[in-house]
Amino acid sequence: MAKKTAPRARSTPRPTTAAKPIFQHLHVDGKTTADYQSLGQGVLGWFDQRLPLISTLKHATTDYPAPRNLNYFWNFGSLALFALVLQIVTGLFLAMYYKPDVALAFGSIQTIMRDVNWGWLIRCLHMVGASFFFMVVYIHIARGLYYGSYKSPREILWGMGVIILLLMMATAFMGYVLPWGQMSYWGAKVITNLFSAVPFIGPDLVIWMLGGYNVNDATLTRFFAIHFVLPFVIVGIVGLHLIALHQVKSNNPVGIDLTKQADYIPFHPYYTIKDVFGLMVYLLPFLAVVFFAPYALGHPDNYIPADALKTPPHIVPEWYFLPFYAILRSITFDIGIPFTSAIIFDAKLLGVAAMGGSILILLLLPWLDNSPVRSARFRPLYRSLLMVWFANVFFLGYIGMLPADAANPIAALLGQVVPATLLDGVAKAAEWLINYGSLGLVNIKELTFSGLLTLGSTAFYFAFFLALPLINRFERRVRLPNSI
Amino acid sequence: MAAAPHDSLSTSNAHAPDVAQLRQDRRDFLTTLTICFGAAGAAGAAWPFLSSLAPTASMQAQKTTTVDLSQIPVGTTKTIMWQGKPVFVRHRTPTEIADAAAADGAGLKHPETDANRAQRPEWLVMLAVCTHLGCVPIPGGDFSGWLCPCHGSQFDGSGRIRKGPAPTNLEIPPYSFVDANTLKIG
Repeated sequence: MAKKTAPRARSTPRPTTAAKPIFQHLHVDGKTTADYQSLGQGVLGWFDQRLPLISTLKHATTDYPAPRNLNYFWNFGSLALFALVLQIVTGLFLAMYYKPDVALAFGSIQTIMRDVNWGWLIRCLHMVGASFFFMVVYIHIARGLYYGSYKSPREILWGMGVIILLLMMATAFMGYVLPWGQMSYWGAKVITNLFSAVPFIGPDLVIWMLGGYNVNDATLTRFFAIHFVLPFVIVGIVGLHLIALHQVKSNNPVGIDLTKQADYIPFHPYYTIKDVFGLMVYLLPFLAVVFFAPYALGHPDNYIPADALKTPPHIVPEWYFLPFYAILRSITFDIGIPFTSAIIFDAKLLGVAAMGGSILILLLLPWLDNSPVRSARFRPLYRSLLMVWFANVFFLGYIGMLPADAANPIAALLGQVVPATLLDGVAKAAEWLINYGSLGLVNIKELTFSGLLTLGSTAFYFAFFLALPLINRFERRVRLPNSI
Repeated sequence: MAAAPHDSLSTSNAHAPDVAQLRQDRRDFLTTLTICFGAAGAAGAAWPFLSSLAPTASMQAQKTTTVDLSQIPVGTTKTIMWQGKPVFVRHRTPTEIADAAAADGAGLKHPETDANRAQRPEWLVMLAVCTHLGCVPIPGGDFSGWLCPCHGSQFDGSGRIRKGPAPTNLEIPPYSFVDANTLKIG
C-alpha cells in the first residue's frame, strides 16, 4: 500500500487511505477496519470504495462482534424491528383506501374490511400488530431494566429507545382515532384535553392542536398525516439506536465488559439465524390472534360511529396505555401554598405531569442508578425490587382497566375480611398525615382506602427509581465473575 | 469448524466417506432449503398486499351496466358511466346509418365496417374515450361524428378515426340487448 514500493502494473488500483480502526480490538477475526473496506479489486471493490454499502453491511453482520452468551431476551430488538416494518407496510396499503374525512372515515374502514381484496387481513395485521409491537417493546425494555442495559456506556442507546417509545405512543394514539368510532372520538377528546392542564396556555393549546373548538374534521385529517409520517421518524431514531448499539456493542446477561476475542461470535450467521428462529416462534401467537381473535385486544364500542353527543359509559384506552392511565387517574390531590387555600398545581396538572413523568423518568435512569454492576443477577436487592416494580406495573394496568368508579381490587378484597370502618379509619389517618405532614403543601380531600392503595401504586412506581441511589448504598452485591 | 483438512481425511482411508465434504453438503442443503422456504413465504405474504391494489369488490360490481333504450330518442346520444368510463349510446338516424355504411371503403386508417361495429345499425355503443390519450370526444369534426378536444382527432358517424393522431377507432365495449328496450354493457 505504501507509495515507496516499486512501480506496479497499470491495473493496480490507487492505494486508498485506510480509515482509523476504531474497534480493532473487538474484531473477531483479527481484521482491521481497512480490511473491511477492501473487497478486492473487482467491480464490487470499485463500487465499495466510492459508496461503502457492502462493507458497511459486512461490518454490521459478519464482522459485527456479538457476545456469545446472549439469551432469548435479546431477540426482542429484532422482533421490534420486524413489528415496525410490518406496521409501515400494512399501514401504507391501508392508507391507499382509508379516507381521513369525518363523513367517510368510518365507512372507508368497512370498505377495507369487506370490499378490498385481503383488506381484512391487512387491517387485522395492522391492528393486532400495534398491540404486539408494544408487547415486544415492553419486553425489550424489561430486558434492559433487568440486565442494566441502560448503564454506561449505553445511556444514549437507552435514551434513543425511550424516545422511540414516546413516538410509538403518539403514533398509536393517533392511529386509534382514525377509524372514527366512539372510542376513537372520545379517546381523541380525552387525550387532547390532557394538554389543557398546561399552565396559562393550556386551553388555547388544545384549540390549536384540534384546529377547532372540539375534535373535528381538521383534527382527523391532521392526525392521519401525523400518524403516517411519525413511523418514518421512528425509523430514523431506530437508525440512531442501532448506530449507538454498534458503537458500544450489546450488553449481555452477565453484564460485565467482554475483554477476550473468545467472548464474541459474529452477529451473522449466529444471531441472524437465532433471530429468524425467534421470529418464527413470534409469528405463531401473532398470526393466531390475527386469524382467530383479531378483535380480542380492541373494544366493541369502536364499531359504533363517533357521536359527539354521547360518551361511552366505560371509556378505557388500549391495553398498552393502561398503567399510565391508572397513574393519571390516581392523582387526586392539589399542591398549594401552606397555611392558605391558594393552589399552585391542581390535581389535573399533577396527574398529567405524573403520567408524562412515568415515561420521562426512564431517561434519567442511567444517572439515578449509580451501581457499577449492570446485571440484576448480581444485585439481589435490585432484582427483588424490580420484580415488585414489574408486578406493580401490571397491577396499575389492571386498575387502569377498571371503570372510573370501581374500587381498587385489593381494597375490595380486604373489605371482605376487615371491617369497613377500619379501612375508612386508615384512609382518614393517611389523609390527615399527608395534609398535615406536608404542612398544607399537599391538599388531599375525601381520600378513600381504595384511592389510597391506587395512590400507593403510583408512589411505588416513582419511588423505585428515586430510591436507586440508596439501594446501591445498602445492597450486598454478589461477586462478579471474571468472564462470561 | 474444527474439521480435519480435506486431504488428511481422504488419504487416511480412501474408502471412508469424506466427512468434511459431507458436512459441507449438508450445510449447503440446509442453507438452500432455508432460503427457498423463506422466498416462498415472502412471496406468499406479498400476494395479499399486491392483490389489495386490484379492483375492490365494489369496483368489480360495476362490471355491467344496463341502459333503458326507450329513454333515448332517435338522433340523440346518451352518455352512460360503465366501469367509471363514459360510454356513448347513440340512437342513429337512417341518414347516419347510410353515411356510415357508405364510408366503409373510404381508405380508413383502422379498417372496420359499420356492420361490424354496430350489432343493430340504429344503436351505436362505444367508449367515449379517445384512443389517442383518453379524452372524451365532443360532437363535431368534418365527418358528422365526433372531435377530440385535446388533440383534434376526428371520428365519423361510426366512431372510426378519420383524421388526427388517434391510432385506432373508438373502442366498442362488450354489450348485448337483453330485450327490445334494454341494453346491457359489459
